[in-house]
Amino acid sequence: MQYTILVNGDRRRVEADADTPLLWVLRDDLGLKGTKYGCGIGACGACTVHVDGVATRACTLPVARLGARAVTTIEGIGNNPLGRAVQQAWLATDVVQCGYCQAGQIMAAVALLASVPQPNDADIDRAMAGNLCRCATYPRIRAAIKRAAGLPVADTRYGS
Amino acid sequence: MRATPATDEGATANPSRRTFLKAGAAIGGGLLLEVSLPLRAFGVAEAAPAVLNAYVRIATDGTVTIVSKNPEIGQGIKTMLPMLVAEELDVEWASVRTEQALSDPAIYGRQFAGGSRATPLHWEPLRRVGAAARQMLIAAAAADWGVAPAECDTLPGVVRHAGSGRSAPYGSLAARAAALPAPDPASVPLKDPARFRIIGVSQPGVDSPLVVTGQPLFGIDVELPGMLHAVFVKCPVFGGRVRRANLEVVRAQPGVTHAFVVEGGEAFDGLASGVAIVARSHWAARKARLRLDVDWDEGAAAAQSSEGFAREAARLARRAPAIVIARDGDVESALSGAKRVVEAAYSYPFIAHATLEPQNCTARVEGARAEIWAPTQNPDSGRKIVARTLGLAEADIKIHMMRCGGGFGRRLMNDYMVEACWIARVAGAPVKLVWEREDDLRHDFYRPAGYHFFRAGLSDAGRLVAFRDHFVSFGADGKFASSAALSATEFPARFVPNLELGASLLPLGVPTGPLRAPGSNALAFAFQSFLDELAHAAGHDPVAFRLALLGPSRVYAGTQTPAGSTPDFDSGRMAAVLTEVAARAGYGRRTLPPRSGLGVAFYFSHLGYFAEVVEVAVGPTGEVRVAKVWVVGDVGSQIINPSGAENQVQGAVIDGLSAALGQTITLERGRVRESNFHDYPLLRIDRAPPVDVHFLRTDHPPTGLGEPALPPVVPALCNAIFAATGRRVRRLPVDPAELAAGA
Repeated sequence: MQYTILVNGDRRRVEADADTPLLWVLRDDLGLKGTKYGCGIGACGACTVHVDGVATRACTLPVARLGARAVTTIEGIGNNPLGRAVQQAWLATDVVQCGYCQAGQIMAAVALLASVPQPNDADIDRAMAGNLCRCATYPRIRAAIKRAAGLPVADTRYGS
Repeated sequence: MRATPATDEGATANPSRRTFLKAGAAIGGGLLLEVSLPLRAFGVAEAAPAVLNAYVRIATDGTVTIVSKNPEIGQGIKTMLPMLVAEELDVEWASVRTEQALSDPAIYGRQFAGGSRATPLHWEPLRRVGAAARQMLIAAAAADWGVAPAECDTLPGVVRHAGSGRSAPYGSLAARAAALPAPDPASVPLKDPARFRIIGVSQPGVDSPLVVTGQPLFGIDVELPGMLHAVFVKCPVFGGRVRRANLEVVRAQPGVTHAFVVEGGEAFDGLASGVAIVARSHWAARKARLRLDVDWDEGAAAAQSSEGFAREAARLARRAPAIVIARDGDVESALSGAKRVVEAAYSYPFIAHATLEPQNCTARVEGARAEIWAPTQNPDSGRKIVARTLGLAEADIKIHMMRCGGGFGRRLMNDYMVEACWIARVAGAPVKLVWEREDDLRHDFYRPAGYHFFRAGLSDAGRLVAFRDHFVSFGADGKFASSAALSATEFPARFVPNLELGASLLPLGVPTGPLRAPGSNALAFAFQSFLDELAHAAGHDPVAFRLALLGPSRVYAGTQTPAGSTPDFDSGRMAAVLTEVAARAGYGRRTLPPRSGLGVAFYFSHLGYFAEVVEVAVGPTGEVRVAKVWVVGDVGSQIINPSGAENQVQGAVIDGLSAALGQTITLERGRVRESNFHDYPLLRIDRAPPVDVHFLRTDHPPTGLGEPALPPVVPALCNAIFAATGRRVRRLPVDPAELAAGA
């Protein structure tokens, strides 16, 4: 089947089976390798993209179900000021270890901050618990989200 | 070791085009490696930056390129190793770009990521590489100015002569410097650490800007012209073989170009028997796989199970150990004379590495040559396996070490590399092989399970006078399976007058291998938990009990045996980190709410001394919430990259909690029951505690940080659970049902 999908503001034409997950369309048909495969069942969040601004697991979204909705990937998120702020916060906090999950983490974080500009630790837990980091950079992910939001970076959970 | 110079007639014909590469210290062997290779052998154009040695190139504009020899797996090596060179080269870190080396042992010696070895192996040699290059720049400037090199000095990126006030930027000197003979790295002076400007200063990961913008970096991101996509289906039972498969059906699936049986061999880290499916896209290969039907010869491992191992271990525990590992004094009489005897059985399961980037490899095999793009921690061993399996010469195999989406020891094995090469050759096209998560969890080299049967005796005064462990592990013919061993220096060996460490081995048809802090990640749990039991049985404070056991500060010499070596152990360094972490956590000085508690443990591994305190709160249903972890480590005189160091330690600690709180690989009929992250859980952000990290700086050469922070957190967690609930966790992972109030 042929599909025209809207990715990072561009209309892209792809030839793919209807059941092909958006993840593999992005990676193998459109050459956007930033979105990662981790589990294929929506359990790790490495493939998180935005679909009409909503954090979505691209590994379980068949391309045929996308329709006219707009997809934003890690390659495009820096075009948006909030996305750029989150990327900068990630660098300033030196979050990355292996980096494989970080595209998904950043996409989830941007979606969180778009709806909750000043998140507390519980908000962060709720929004980010779907994204695994095998290197366990969680303390710095938490700090980077707060930094992007202009909040003090301390983890307030202990002793509260 | 002396590498043969490559021949290049064009270069010798025109000396001006000839630039020599003079490698500094051969890392690993400690020998001087002098390689003379024409620049053109590296495909470098004439106007390219001057090559000062195998690690350093300087462009006329002053841009410095520093090569990182080892694979990057998230440990931050591509930042840290070049920092060592840059410090002594004396340049601004901002002017440095770092570059991943190809796998080339003739130039770089061993290139691997494992054993937290990079820091101890490179701390001095790579600084000498930088210092030697700096000497060459000084020599070039001094010759220009007609002054003695000893009168010259450097500022970052600049040689200057104080006497005449002259100065020259490195970029203007590099071409002439590169033509000078390289000094013997052993002879070049090194900076006084008090003058370090790069080492000891947090430097963010050099590739992080590419990571956060989603640029292709990882093995799985490789794309070659004409590339096909493969999946490889192995028997769910380890060592099983293909009898027959419905290849015709698979070949008829859309997009499929090839489907074939791979005969394979016996070695787990080699090419296994299986079915390769090659297609025009990964998704097409994966869909075709759903139609694959294989008749497997499951082989002998089909009789093995986790339950069976546990039963067999309990049976063996009633006999004398088959192997005596250590024996001091007379344990039997000391036990019978003890005031109190404590007995306990501890066990832990097989666990998997679960790198978030699944195993993958891209390969092109044309005639007698192979080119490989692999996320690998150990390219040399991969090259050997590929050479042997495909009948190629090692020199004809080129390996690009791609950034790894996690390693943790998994990618020390290169089974996926040889699979990709084999499939690419049969397919006659470049092939990217990508394992599915299910393949990854079910075809790992697992951290082996283990069973410890302890018996110890305490004196009237509550001192530990007798200690015995009968360790039931895996192996054959008196040899432990990979990462399943116990050494004669396992603490408290040498600290108890009467001690016996013995082992019995169960035969195993399942691959095992090193997982972050191999051996230690499991042994720490068993030994440091049982020591905690002994402290409580003695009625002593667990920190005081351990300090008394460590005794006065003393260096216990390491051992060298044919089976391996163990390093020296300094009891004073351990006592110091233990004392410090207890103070930082307020251990023994704080009153906690009901069902909350603090636990402590220490462990020495990978040359690092670590002590940790965990605070937990256990809910009414037994749910464990880790509130906070305190870590104090001693890895010597210098923390090279403080930001990276803290990140590694926090990651290691949460990694240890992740395994202890939820992970099991269950063997049933020779196959793994778990398949993906729904049944093999990793800790998520909502359960990841804050981790306070502190280092004691001591007058010892710096050592590595990838591993040693992990082992103590597991027993510290379990000891905290005991403090909170009175229940002793003797089997991993922690089972909340056993911790519920009133359970």
